[in-house]
Formats: sequence, C-alpha cells, structure tokens
Amino acid sequence: MAAAARRISSLLTRSSLLLSHAGRNARAGSGVSRFSTAAVAEELIVPPVQISYTQHLIDGKFVDAASGKTFPTYDPRTAEVIAHVAEGDKEDIDRAVSAARKAFDEGPWPKMTPYERSRILLRFADLVEKHNDELAALETWNNGKPFEQSAKAEIPMLARLFRYYAGWADKIHGLTVPADGNHHVQTLHEPIGVAGQIIPWNFPLILFAWKVGPALACGNTIVLKTAEQTPLTALYAAKLFHEAGLPPGVLNIVSGFGPTVGAALASHMDVDKLAFTGSTETGKIVLELAARSNLKPVTLELGGKSPFIVCEDADVDKAVELAHFALFFNQGQCCCAGSRTYVHERVYDEFLEKAKARAMRRIVGDPFKQGTEQGPQIDSEQFQKVLRYIKAGIESDATLECGGERFGSKGYFVQPTVFSNVQDDMLIAKDEIFGPVQSILKFKHLDEVIRRANQTHYGLAAGVFTTNIDVANTLSRALRVGTVWVNCFDVFDAAIPFGGYKMSGIGREKGIYSLKNYLQVKAIVTPLRNPAWL
Amino acid sequence: MANHEQQSNGNGEMNQLKIPEIKFTKLFINGEFVDSIKGRNFETVDPRTGEVIATVAEGDKEDVDVAVKAARTAFDQGPWPRMSGFQRARIMEKFADLIEQNNNELAALDCIDAGKLFMMGKLVDIPAGAASLRYYAGAADKIHGEVLKSTRSLHAYTLKEPIGVAGHIIPWNFPTSMFLMKVAPALAAGCTMIVKPAEQTPLSALFYAHLAKQAGVPDGVLNVVTGFGHTAGAAISSHMDIDMVCFTGSTEVGRLIMQAAATSNLKQVSLELGGKSPLIIFDDADLDKAAGLALQGIVHNKGEVCVSSSRVYVQEGIYDEFEKKLVEKAKAWKLGDPFDPNTRQGPQVDKRQFERILSYIDIGMKEGATLLTGGKPWGSKGYYVEPTVFADVKEDMQIVREEIFGPVMSLMKFKTIEEAIERANNSKYGLAAGIVTKDLNVANRVSRSIRAGIIWINCYFEFDLDFPYGGYKMSGFGRDLGLNALHKYLQVKTVATPLYDSPWL
Repeated sequence: MAAAARRISSLLTRSSLLLSHAGRNARAGSGVSRFSTAAVAEELIVPPVQISYTQHLIDGKFVDAASGKTFPTYDPRTAEVIAHVAEGDKEDIDRAVSAARKAFDEGPWPKMTPYERSRILLRFADLVEKHNDELAALETWNNGKPFEQSAKAEIPMLARLFRYYAGWADKIHGLTVPADGNHHVQTLHEPIGVAGQIIPWNFPLILFAWKVGPALACGNTIVLKTAEQTPLTALYAAKLFHEAGLPPGVLNIVSGFGPTVGAALASHMDVDKLAFTGSTETGKIVLELAARSNLKPVTLELGGKSPFIVCEDADVDKAVELAHFALFFNQGQCCCAGSRTYVHERVYDEFLEKAKARAMRRIVGDPFKQGTEQGPQIDSEQFQKVLRYIKAGIESDATLECGGERFGSKGYFVQPTVFSNVQDDMLIAKDEIFGPVQSILKFKHLDEVIRRANQTHYGLAAGVFTTNIDVANTLSRALRVGTVWVNCFDVFDAAIPFGGYKMSGIGREKGIYSLKNYLQVKAIVTPLRNPAWL
Repeated sequence: MANHEQQSNGNGEMNQLKIPEIKFTKLFINGEFVDSIKGRNFETVDPRTGEVIATVAEGDKEDVDVAVKAARTAFDQGPWPRMSGFQRARIMEKFADLIEQNNNELAALDCIDAGKLFMMGKLVDIPAGAASLRYYAGAADKIHGEVLKSTRSLHAYTLKEPIGVAGHIIPWNFPTSMFLMKVAPALAAGCTMIVKPAEQTPLSALFYAHLAKQAGVPDGVLNVVTGFGHTAGAAISSHMDIDMVCFTGSTEVGRLIMQAAATSNLKQVSLELGGKSPLIIFDDADLDKAAGLALQGIVHNKGEVCVSSSRVYVQEGIYDEFEKKLVEKAKAWKLGDPFDPNTRQGPQVDKRQFERILSYIDIGMKEGATLLTGGKPWGSKGYYVEPTVFADVKEDMQIVREEIFGPVMSLMKFKTIEEAIERANNSKYGLAAGIVTKDLNVANRVSRSIRAGIIWINCYFEFDLDFPYGGYKMSGFGRDLGLNALHKYLQVKTVATPLYDSPWL
C-alpha cells in the first residue's frame, strides 16, 4: 500500500468499497469455481464509535510516547488510516515498568484483600457489558472481524472471562505439606510481580482477558504491549478498568512494534514474567531475550497447524459445517485453525463436494453488515502472505477447488479457498497460513491418520469427528496437542485450559492452570516441637 | 458490681422508628408465600421487650412434604441444576446485590428478632452474607472433577454432581450468616433445598427467600418452612426424598437429626454443633490484648456463639494481673438496646435461654466457683445478662463441662504447655480454640495438639469465606465455609470405559 493512500480515514464522511468479484471465466477451463461475477458496489457502514484513546496508558494516565512519535492504524476494509497512535520504544517501556514496579512494591493492588480485587474485576465486567457495542465496533473497525462476532460473542466473552478470574482471586490456595520429620511446612502462592504481556491482533480483547485476567486476580501488576495492527480496544478497555477502580500503575499499556517495544519488554531486567501470544518465530525471540536478560519465566502460545479428522462414521453434513467453521472462523486467523482437514476415504468425495459448496456460500463483505461471515484479513502483509501460499498450493499440484484470489479490489479480502488432493509434504499442509485456505487430505486407517496428524512441529489443537467412543478416546490420547475438540471446535470457555505441545508453545492459559503462570510458590518450613501428629 | 450504664431497653421512641414493617410471615414454597396447610401460626418475640413482633405460619410435616415435592421437581426437571455454573453465579451475584440494597431492613429484622446489634448486622453480618454469595458464585464455574489413573487400559474420570434436595436446619444466633452459609454453597452446587429457620428468628429467612426470587432463583429451588424442630425439623431429617440434611445447633438435637437420617433414607448428614472452646493464654502474651480477646470471646453476640471461648486458661505467671484486667474490662462492657450504635451487648434471644444462663450461673456458685463479676440480669426489662466471669473453676464442674451459650466465662490457671493441651482437649467438644503467645514453637505445637476444627492464634472469631470450619468429636462433622462446604453438596461419580491403543497410560 502506498503511504499516500494511508491518510486519515474519511470513513466518518463515507467511503466505499467496491466489492467486485472475480469473473466467472477468469480462469476458464481450470475447473476452479469462482464467486459471483456481478461487481457489486457496496456502501461501507460507518463504525458507530469514536476513537478516543490513542496514547500510552502509564501509571493511570494517558500519555504521549517519550519520543513524541506516532504510527498509523488502519481499517482493513479499506486500508485507510483511522488513527495515529503513540509509538512506544524502550524508554516508554522503562516508564511503564517503573510504574508497574511501584504499584507492585508499594501497593495498594497486591496488598488489597482478594475480595476487593475481585470486586474491581466484577465492576470492570459490568462496564464492559455496558459498553459492549462500542468495544465491539472498535474491535471490528480495527481488526475487520464480523461485528456480530465481536458484539455477540467476543465482548460478552471478555466480560465472562473477567468474572471467571474474579472468582479465583479469593480462592488461590497454597498447601500445607507433609514432612518426613518434625517440620511444619506450608506453601504460599504469591503474586510473581510485574508481568510483561504481549498480545496479538487476531483476538485483541479476548487475548487481553486471557493475559490480564489471571495476572490481576493473582495480585500482579502489568505492562501490556498490544499488536501494532490493533492498538485501540485494549486502551478503551483499560480506561474502563480504571473507571472500575483499578489503581494507577497496575495495568500499563504501551503501543508499538515488536522489535522495539516487544523486545524492550522481553529483555527488561525488572519484569518478572513474560507471556506472549503470536507466531512461533517471534516466540523464539521472546524466549531468547528472556534467557539473555533476567531469566524471567515465559509463557508462549504460538502457531499451529491443527488437524481436523473426519472419521468414516461421520455425519458428513455436520462434519462439513464444523470443519468449515474450524478453518474459516475469524478469516482463518486463528492459531488453532483446523487447517489440515483429514477425511476418511469412505466419505472423502461427498465431503469434498459439500465442503466446496459451503465455502462458495460463505458470505464475504463488510464486517459491519449483518450476516457477513468473513471480513478482510488484518493487513497488507498477511493478505500478501495468504495469496502467496495459495499460489504455492497451486504450484505444488494440489487441486484448487474454489476461491484462490483476492475478493474485491479494495482492502484485504480473500476468497474462501479450498484445496483438495493435498499431500502432507506440500507447503500448504506444513506451514501456518493464517488465512481462509482449507486443505483437504485423504486417509484410510486410524494409525495412519494419527501418525500424519502428529507429523508436524506444531501441537496446538485438533478436531475429531466421530461418534465411536473408542475411536474418540484413542484419538484424544494419541494426538500430541493441547486441546482436542471431539465433535465440536473452538469451544473456548473460561475454565478450559489452552496451550500447545511442541513448538506451539509453553504453558497453559485460561482455567485453573493459568493462575500458575502468575504465582510464585514459596515453601515455609519450621521445626515442630513435640507435634501431636505428623 | 458492674457499673453498666443504664439505658434504653428498646422502648425509646427513637428506636421504635427503626423497626421495619414485617412483610413476610408465611411459608415460602415453590416461589410463593403460602399459609401452612393446617392454618396454624406461631409468635415471634422481640427479646428487648418480650413483646410479640409478628405471627408467623407454622409449618409441619405436610408443609415439608409440599416443599420437598417442589424442590424435587425443581431438581429433577427444573432449570437450576441444568444451568451452567456461570449462569447460576450470575443469579447469585444479583441476589448478593439485592441483599446489599436491603441491608438496613435485614439488619433491623435480625436485631428485633434475635436481639443482635444493629450495627454489627449492618456492617458485618449482612455484607458478609452478600460476600459469601459472591464467593460461592465465583466457585460455581470451578467445580472440577478429575481424570483418573487406572491400573489397566481404562479411561476414567470423576463427575462432581449436585447431591439433589438439601434440607437446612439453622439456628437463631446468626440468622443471616447461617442462612447464607448453608444456602450459598448449595445453590452454587446446583442443589435445590428446604430451609427451616429457628422458630425464634424466622423473619430474615423469609425476606431472603423473597430476594432470591427477585434475583431469578427459579421457583422450587429455595423453599423456606418456618416452624419448630420437633415437627418441621423432624419432618426434614426423616424425609425419604431429601438427599442430605445440614444442621447447625445443639449437640442434643444434632443427635436426633442423625438418628432420623439413619432410620429413614440414610441421607447424608452434616452437623455443626455445640462447643466449649478453650482460649489458652501463655505467659508471654500482651496482657491487655489477651484480656480484650478473652472478653470478646465470651461476650460477642452475648455469648450465643458455638465457638465462644467459654474456657479461658491463663498461665500462672500472668494469671493474677490478667484476672484484674479482665474484670475491669467486663465491668466496663456496655449493655443496652442493640439498635444503639454504642451498645456492645444486647439481650439474649429469648426467655428460655435467659433463664438457662441464669440457672448455670446459679450452678456455678453452688459448685463453689468464685464469681468475679456479673452474674445477674441487666436492667428491668427484656433478656439481658451481665458479662459474667467465674474463677476458681475445677475441670469437673458443670459450668466448665457444658455449653452455656451465654456471656459466662470459666477462668482457669495452668502451669505447663502439656497441662494446657491436656485440659483443653478434656472436653467432649472440639469446635474451636484460641492461643495467645508470641512463641512460634508454642503456637505450632498447640495448633496441632488441640482436637478442634479451627484454631485462632493471637486472634479469635476470625471467620472468613475461604476458611472451612466445623467440629471434631461431638461438635459435629462436615465443614461449613470455604470450598469444603461446596463439596459437601456434591456427589462424586466415577465414569470408566475401556481404552484401546492408547499411546500412554
């Protein structure tokens, strides 16, 4: 995108997106099904929200970057700039860490009763509910995900996650521990200190909750770096958090880029813990920076190439719908996307035909429009990357069943794309594409599919579609992944832990397991004189 | 004797104004306030004056039957156990909010019905009741079973299921705390229930039922049957369709309840019964603090507390000085109208308790204990008893063996830590104990040596939402509060199935 095109958006005064579709005959004879030919000019809906917060949030105050610099943030529907946001760097991280340090060392946050902390988290959840539609509109505007998904699922989930963690705050139990001799032993589960958190752009507020929720419930203070693509909603949410009574310095947010802000946070000597969600490539850097600085413990939730396995007993219609959802949800921008669809040979042909038909029916368009299933990809880089992978798929002789091109002529829309005859060694079956590209593979035996499903350096999630209890149990245990969804997918309850095996990451988020990331364990031992029992 | 300032017993004009209109006096069954089937009523009395506050529907066996039927239907077919824990939690949080909004009225009800301090209710009991609903609401979506290790190729796990219909029989000394201590974890677990409040204090329970309905607790989930122990209480404990009974009250009645459970359907039983809790004060204690703690331990809520520190053991090195301080403090203790914010002690709950306490004081004197202070009714109206301290008490005296449930302390002297432990444990009860010492080793040793459900070191009455509490020995079994209480309302079901070709076991 030319920089010139990135001027401040005129969205509030109407801009439009020409949703032209690739011509039916564009690749005549290729056998590839295309989307409707009619070039439809569609008015873009004006997001019903103002952008009020674009500065860093440090020590309870919105402040400019130390350097005074800003960077633009975009509407992925149009590639137009919607705001300029403070661009953080090392100095901003230093300031934020120092505020978080002070708030941790001097209080009041970790010194409050857990009940008081839980009341603040609950009040925040109430405020999120009250501002549901503004948060949802901002999320969709900056990210491109369907507004209905933001408003009806993700923002309510944000509130729900904080209610969940509020309930943990007053139930964090240490243990009294048996000793071999006359000793009285206890463990204290103490807050770990200042947590550095780096979140991605695909679910900005949900991931905000996954990180901030447990850290605050445990009594920590935080420096959060949002993704440079989606800096807006976390600032809005944090503003609500302070309205709910969060003391200054407890939650600090610095916007900016990975190599500057992210690196400064990961290598900071005064940050006690780091949690990162993003690509495996960046995860490696984060881990390395932690190792080189102060050995802060690191939680990583990284990439995936998750198998979705459709067994021979499957109800094909249901399997198709679920496999479609597993891959295409959120424009395919999910770390756990079911991006390798393994289908048993007995149902393969029927599945393929129906999967293709389903993808063709997928409604792509303005995410603010009711009924839209798929909005634009997040940015130019991702958009180009997805198209490159599609090209690689075609070149590796996978069969392009439908889609394969950009959708429309503006913004970052990609046609829902289905490949069949995909082989395990093709790039599209090995790499994380992070876009609306479904790869369908055929299998014959259970042993075979287990071996093939596990043959990846990722291990985030898997889908299993069968009603056979023995097959379900065998697959559940055999797949080397952090989550197995049996006859469902993307079920993300607050209490269900999530995280990866292998190079999909380290540690678990959500559920009781997430608390461990933000607690130190201290053993206290003292001799017992003449104990009544041991 | 005691120089307690004489003041209003509750007939002053200012205090009359605070008495709320009594809105709910009928049984609450299946979401409706209804008369008892027999049409009978009983009177509930203001212990400040002995006057009748209201007549309340008197539930009996047939009313319990109707309530159980409603609870059974609500459990077997209703939405409550089928909601997610989170949905239940949202309703419970609403319930908590409504309690806070009605704080004054609820505190006033407990004040006129039980003689409890109004300010204590308003500032402590009612907010803590709301907090307990929030605590268990926060636990409702965190009920984890476990996936098990098998010795064979089996996949197995546990499900924690709501136990079903619970019967709660609660006492009159903390009408609000006891109601919510039982109801909140049962609601969180997904149970349905029948609550029988004490006949002395039926009013706030009915108000809570009304608020629960307003908050969205479905009909039939929470039923309140007011009435007496030998009728309504007995019907609950012997009912064939109640899955568990939780009782807080006397050891004597606890035994009857357990018997009724045994002879009916072997329902699970949880009992939180009497106590004769020791407070052990060592030579290294801060005297002033220790004396304050000891007095609080016996006069708090007029001594009508199952964990009252009714046996105070003081090490010989500080005994004399301690005794002097304690008596000074007891004499300065302020009795009066519980609505008055300056009052520290209101009247005993009813005439029967009042007379029972006085008769124990009489027994103590006849047994040869020395009355250091108190020993008499206070004022000319209502059921007030002066803070009373006996010295020269012997371990075999009735006043040191039995639970008096009033502001009557037995003060005793000890020499060694071994002796203190032995004498503290020399009781059929085992509910609570206090230790006052600066010595870590003494604190740790005594904590493990005392056979009681809760030990307070350099503090007393420190209850908290997350602290389980309940009795050893004849103080009962089962625990209230904390997550232990939640698990009381859950059944454990193991599910096992063969596992084929698992890569690990």
